[in-house]
Amino acid sequence: MSADLQPVIVGAGPAGIRAAETLVRHGLKPVVIDEAPRWGGQIYRQPPAIFQRTRQTLYGLDAKAAAAVLNTMTTLLPHISYRNDTLVWNAEGGQLDLLHQNQSSTQPYSHLILSTGATDRVLPFPGWTTPGVFTLGGAQVALKYQGCAIGSRVVFVGTGPLLYLIAYQYAKAGAKVVAVLDTATLLDQIAALPDLMVAPGLLARGIYYVSWLRAHGVPLHGGIQPLGAVGDGRVDAMRWRDSRGEHEVACDAIGFGHALRSETQLADILGCRFEFNVLQRAWLPVHDAAGRASVSGVYLAGDGVGIMGAQAAEWAGERAALALLADTDQASAPAQRARANKLEKALGRTQRFRRGLERAFPFPPTWAEQASDSLVVCRCEDVTASDLRTSAAAMGTTDINRLKALTRVGMGRCQGRMCGVAACEILAQCSGQPLKAVGRLRGQAPIKPIPFSMARTTVPSKPAAST
Amino acid sequence: MTEHCACDVAILGGGIVGASAALALRRMGFSVMLLERDLCGSRSSGVNYGGVRRQGRPLTQLPLAQRAQGVWTRLTELIGIDGEYVQSGHLKLARSPSDLAALEAYFEASAGFGMDLQMLDAKALRQRFPWLGERAIGGSLCPQDGHANPRLVSPAFAKAAAAMGADIREHMPVDEVEHDGKHFTLTCSKRLVLRAPYLLNCAGAWAGRIAASFNEAVPMVPSHPVMAVTEPLPMFMTLSLGVEGGGIYARQAPRGNCVIGGSQGYALDDQRARPSREAIALVLERTVELLPELRHAHIIRTWSGTEGYLPDREPVIGLSHTTPGLIHGFGFAGAGFQIGPAVGEVLAELVRDGASTTPIQAFSVARFTTPTQVFSSVPPSATST
Amino acid sequence: MKNAAAQGQFQRLTETGRARVSFTLDGQLRDALQGDTVMTAVLSQAWQLRVSEPKGDKRAGFCLMGACQDCWMLTESGERLRACTTFIVPGMRLLSQPEVPDER
Repeated sequence: MSADLQPVIVGAGPAGIRAAETLVRHGLKPVVIDEAPRWGGQIYRQPPAIFQRTRQTLYGLDAKAAAAVLNTMTTLLPHISYRNDTLVWNAEGGQLDLLHQNQSSTQPYSHLILSTGATDRVLPFPGWTTPGVFTLGGAQVALKYQGCAIGSRVVFVGTGPLLYLIAYQYAKAGAKVVAVLDTATLLDQIAALPDLMVAPGLLARGIYYVSWLRAHGVPLHGGIQPLGAVGDGRVDAMRWRDSRGEHEVACDAIGFGHALRSETQLADILGCRFEFNVLQRAWLPVHDAAGRASVSGVYLAGDGVGIMGAQAAEWAGERAALALLADTDQASAPAQRARANKLEKALGRTQRFRRGLERAFPFPPTWAEQASDSLVVCRCEDVTASDLRTSAAAMGTTDINRLKALTRVGMGRCQGRMCGVAACEILAQCSGQPLKAVGRLRGQAPIKPIPFSMARTTVPSKPAAST
Repeated sequence: MTEHCACDVAILGGGIVGASAALALRRMGFSVMLLERDLCGSRSSGVNYGGVRRQGRPLTQLPLAQRAQGVWTRLTELIGIDGEYVQSGHLKLARSPSDLAALEAYFEASAGFGMDLQMLDAKALRQRFPWLGERAIGGSLCPQDGHANPRLVSPAFAKAAAAMGADIREHMPVDEVEHDGKHFTLTCSKRLVLRAPYLLNCAGAWAGRIAASFNEAVPMVPSHPVMAVTEPLPMFMTLSLGVEGGGIYARQAPRGNCVIGGSQGYALDDQRARPSREAIALVLERTVELLPELRHAHIIRTWSGTEGYLPDREPVIGLSHTTPGLIHGFGFAGAGFQIGPAVGEVLAELVRDGASTTPIQAFSVARFTTPTQVFSSVPPSATST
Repeated sequence: MKNAAAQGQFQRLTETGRARVSFTLDGQLRDALQGDTVMTAVLSQAWQLRVSEPKGDKRAGFCLMGACQDCWMLTESGERLRACTTFIVPGMRLLSQPEVPDER
């Protein structure tokens, strides 16, 4: 490997692992930085080593794909530098800033593959900050990672394939799922069938989860509008509305979400150009078909660049690594080019499936309009929809960063991860603009909180400006 | 369709200086149009530390600072919000005997300016502020200095000016400025052309270009102070802290977040800047030394901005020496927030009277250029409305 | 109607055959299992992790994946830790309620 080549991969989910595998296969030794203690990302998250459940139990119908990815990483370990439990909190001058066990360090790179994944996309409802309300992804982590259910009588709310997957996983594991409430309708799902059929395996799985839930007596309701979680300091019930009227079901935990949102803060800090993606209703870093970002030497793969699912993430990780290799003259042989083309075609077909998912589980277009004034939008800073609307009206605000400065939305510890989507939707709606026009919250260092107790290895002191 | 406008006073830049000038001019009855490249208060005026501080300023600035103190005291009345302004006190710490001597010298020299400074020795510091770290051996307290939230205050000045009838145009970068001997013509990308006999150059870190275009180039350089903020913490510190000789400055906002400034970032381009890793590391280290109370806290966000610095760290305020009707108010070296509202009033006085009641000779643009003429008489202007 | 048997928010469904870990929550001695995150250790026998600063309302985390930052817990010695990404360690002394502030 050329002495100057130091590829670094951020994220060890399916995209990062396939990227690492591809680089190793061509003789490179990437550094792979993982915020988690064990590789696998979110979808193939591995519980702590002392847990005993089999992969079959943990991943169900995804067990084979999970095993392939997880085992691959095991074989890669001697050939990579794997830095687990390590947060990348900043990037500057060809180096990443890392935090590991309260120690800060830097990692130089010549080329960077960002496979930073995603979190749940949150559209709040009244009472969503009550203890006992979690995201769908969070509910899944509780089960997969800790063997727990988030409550003894659980309601799942929102939309997206994850909604049914998690309800199924919970019920199968012996948890009591008292209702599954989907904002999408059966008609939405039927209309999406032609697009979903490009991935018949995935479609069949979805149908299977739904049928299984029905067969096991789990109440499923479609076309709902969440009205709120009931309970003071603890969840007691979930209220919703559908065509038949208003309903309430007793429960002690709620898991909710409306599909996923990409983690793009590092791409932003690195100066990558962003574009508004209509399907994902989000600003995402631009990239070519291979995953090259607008900044030379930076490659993007997986859910972190745009929600694409685990299988596509594997393809994208491999494709980005092949691009890196081609760009550094490590792999332009016909075999690699053919493989790259094949991956791009597969990724292209994924787009159609993603459109199908959006059609089957549409983003509720009237969410912002229907959000009540008292709804807490920013849970870190306790900023309500009314605060946003009042400020926007009083100051004529049309830009999300100005709204953030004035109302504190997005200024809390989570830096807009949980509230950014909702805040932009509300601003767009109340200022009468298309969503794209309100702009986006920017990634700023540190992308997650860093402790003052962080020790530095070297600190060249410079005289500071006087005040 | 190009809009053609005319008014008494054109203002370039919607920061706290330009916006408070607009407000003051409207109260005097002049017609005003303010052109802001981005959003009012979105630059240095909106992203600074938030110190509302007289103590520590060069003596030349103290008359302005005193005047501004009066404005801040009436802030809510003026701009309709309190902007989280508190007269919490500003404590400047000494870490060495020579630092202490510098503070004592300032205490003496500034005696006539009504700041009511109190010198505190180590014992007094420990008694009154037990949360201070060990390194401080003394300090100087200005009880009525304080801090505010610049993100709220600066845009509110612009809003107040608009409410009084100023025509405030945001997202309106100016591409050309010309003068025909009597009027300025400002052109904004074929969308707007503005004619006015007076032009206030309040374009902050970018004002040097305007000055240069009127043969009054100044050696201004951009600088990028770094800010960091913690998560909300139990209140332990109401006053704003500074350190003699440099280092960091820190305050705790009413919600509990600590805002800490210090060191330098770097420019991404002409308009944007971000903190450097060196700066972040320095802030982390120096904060724990100064405020052991924060040793278990976290930084949740950092940012930077762009400030204009002249070599003597004094601003440029006053009439142009080349062009009648051109008045400058820029280059505050990172210390423009507190005096900004007073500078705005002064600029308005310069329009109306050709002179200000507050001494500003030290800030003359002439100190960087060879003066050709001093325009102290008021050129003929349009009827005030 | 609440489930009378629920001891806390989280319900352990499986993997309960792990070694015990002793810790303290709000001054009371408690047990968790090795491999529990702090969040699991606490929520398996309680219903809150912290109190949110702006309004003082109770919180119990949200995303479980280190993104929402709503599960930061305080220890008795004043340290802060993110409950969903920190494993429970024997002897941890955790606080889920705000302390009564000292008179200053």
